[in-house]
Amino acid sequence: MTWFKRMAAPKPSGDAKRASVPSGLWTKCPSCGEVSLAEEVSRNLETCGDCGHHFRLDARHRLEGFLDEGSLTEVAAGLLPEDPLEFKDDKDYLSRAKGAAEKAGESEAFLLAKGRLFGRPVVAGSFVFRYMGGSMGSVVGEKIVRAFELGAEARCPVVIFSASGGARMQEGIFSLMQMAKTTVALNRYRSVCQPYISVLTDPTTGGVAASFALLGDVIIAEPGALVGFAGPRVIEQTIRQKLPEGFQRSEFLLEHGVIDMIVPRPELRDAVALLCQHLGAR
Amino acid sequence: MVSRELEFERPLLDLERQIEALRRIAAGTENLASVVAPDSDGTGDLAGSDDLAVSSSQSLEGQIALLEEKARELGQEVYSGLSRWQIVQLSRHPDRPYIRDYLDRTFTDFVELHGDRAFADDGAILGGLARFAGVSVMVIGHVKGRTTKENVVCNFGMARPEGYRKAIRLMRLAERFQLPIVTLIDTPGAYPGIDAEERGQAQAIAESIDCMASLTVPVVAVVIGEGGSGGALAIGVANRVLMLEYSTYSVISPEACSSILFRDASHAQRAADALRLTATDLLGFEVVDRVVEEPFGGAHRDPLDMADRLKRAIKQELAELKGLDGEALRLDRYERFRRLGRFEESGHADRRNGHSTATNRPGSQGQS
Repeated sequence: MTWFKRMAAPKPSGDAKRASVPSGLWTKCPSCGEVSLAEEVSRNLETCGDCGHHFRLDARHRLEGFLDEGSLTEVAAGLLPEDPLEFKDDKDYLSRAKGAAEKAGESEAFLLAKGRLFGRPVVAGSFVFRYMGGSMGSVVGEKIVRAFELGAEARCPVVIFSASGGARMQEGIFSLMQMAKTTVALNRYRSVCQPYISVLTDPTTGGVAASFALLGDVIIAEPGALVGFAGPRVIEQTIRQKLPEGFQRSEFLLEHGVIDMIVPRPELRDAVALLCQHLGAR
Repeated sequence: MVSRELEFERPLLDLERQIEALRRIAAGTENLASVVAPDSDGTGDLAGSDDLAVSSSQSLEGQIALLEEKARELGQEVYSGLSRWQIVQLSRHPDRPYIRDYLDRTFTDFVELHGDRAFADDGAILGGLARFAGVSVMVIGHVKGRTTKENVVCNFGMARPEGYRKAIRLMRLAERFQLPIVTLIDTPGAYPGIDAEERGQAQAIAESIDCMASLTVPVVAVVIGEGGSGGALAIGVANRVLMLEYSTYSVISPEACSSILFRDASHAQRAADALRLTATDLLGFEVVDRVVEEPFGGAHRDPLDMADRLKRAIKQELAELKGLDGEALRLDRYERFRRLGRFEESGHADRRNGHSTATNRPGSQGQS
């Protein structure tokens, strides 16, 4: 239960999707309609205390909440995107990226850290969904590779929280290649025989789902997370019909045998720690 | 017959048809009527055609030579300056050779193997054993169809999870018997449908990539038409990745890219340029190792020649990989993909191979 005591620490995240009433003091749950103190919701790692609805949680807040208090050390923070395709639509790519960084308060779409989980070393990383929809380009790919390299070096578990629309269009073929790059690195990491736990959060689709995210030794999803290869809109366009309620949500995936379990956010720390213990992490 | 010609091919094709018809006349097998209306059923006639018909065979020869010269020039003009969008169209040309067109000529003794042993036999992915340059290999690739009936079976080359799982099964079989693997990539993308999602499309693709990362046999992948995103990459994690000259390989189709960027699929041409998806582009990025030149005008103009060219290219690549043992092959594949990506790195001591890691792809041997 140290977990809940500790949860007093993390700062409020000010995350998206939260329908805030006066100046962010109150948060209304879109699922049950309950209005709670924003601070309280934040203390619950952005979940509704009433119905358990999971709001989107920003990467830093997530990792701070997941790792032992004060143990987080960010790694590879200096990686920044290039523009190999000189990609232009109505804006050039690098200025779009700069805008995204400002909006998200993070330098790229993935936050990588070393830290501890109940005193044991762990490498943990989380997608930054607010940075261009958590899309995977060269920087994200490189950081994920380094997560596995760090994990191999330190012989410790790797935990990755995914939240991504998929490969980043603006880096074209390089983004696609990150699917292979991250997977060959994961494949190599397995030789040290430490667990890789993949946590799927809302949403995880496209090239991220179709590579390391669905290759976890154990795959956990948060309740109600949308996970799939094609996004619902693309599927609807293809088959020209509405998708059934709950399609591609965590519960659907569990039923279809795609994931191991659904774990509510406040229980995640304990669940991952137990899994790592079973799988022999020191 | 439905026209299978591309807009930019037509002037040249018309010219060639005229030449062909003139040749037939010169050989005395046909009269002029069919020349002036080559598309018709041969009954078309033209005022004054009688006059022309009596022109001497010598001037006919001269005319043929003239037209041939003109065709050469026109061809040069058209094919030396193809836009990316035109290359996209060539990569999807309805007459473009598909995997089955290569099986009889690039390979011999093909034996198809079916099914994923779990759910179904996906017609969008074909695989089996074949003989190639004297050795047995595993061939795996996407299937496209020319007729509606064929496309019902192969789903326009869009595989479902069972297709990728069949590929995985066959790759493991090849691994067990230490057979080289050749994959032929030609897909608009993995199938985005309800059933595919239910059976774990993303997981199947991920596992196929993962499977390829483990292999200790030589793997050569060739994009022979469309390299559509994850559905293509799923069988593309090879020691050597080749592209035919007029094939494409992209994270997203130009149409889909256009509808995201410009809220409208009609700017596909612009999107194709932005995505840099041609073989030449990707060779420049060192994402592919080699471009296989196509016959003049594209693979569909001479599929047999194309099959021979493909054979020569694969043969060379497999020969180069022959010196590597299993672990070296796996390492080579790891290093090949580990390098891909372009980024900047600042302010950190742990700068590994940092800046622009895609830029140096040394020869072939496994590096440390």
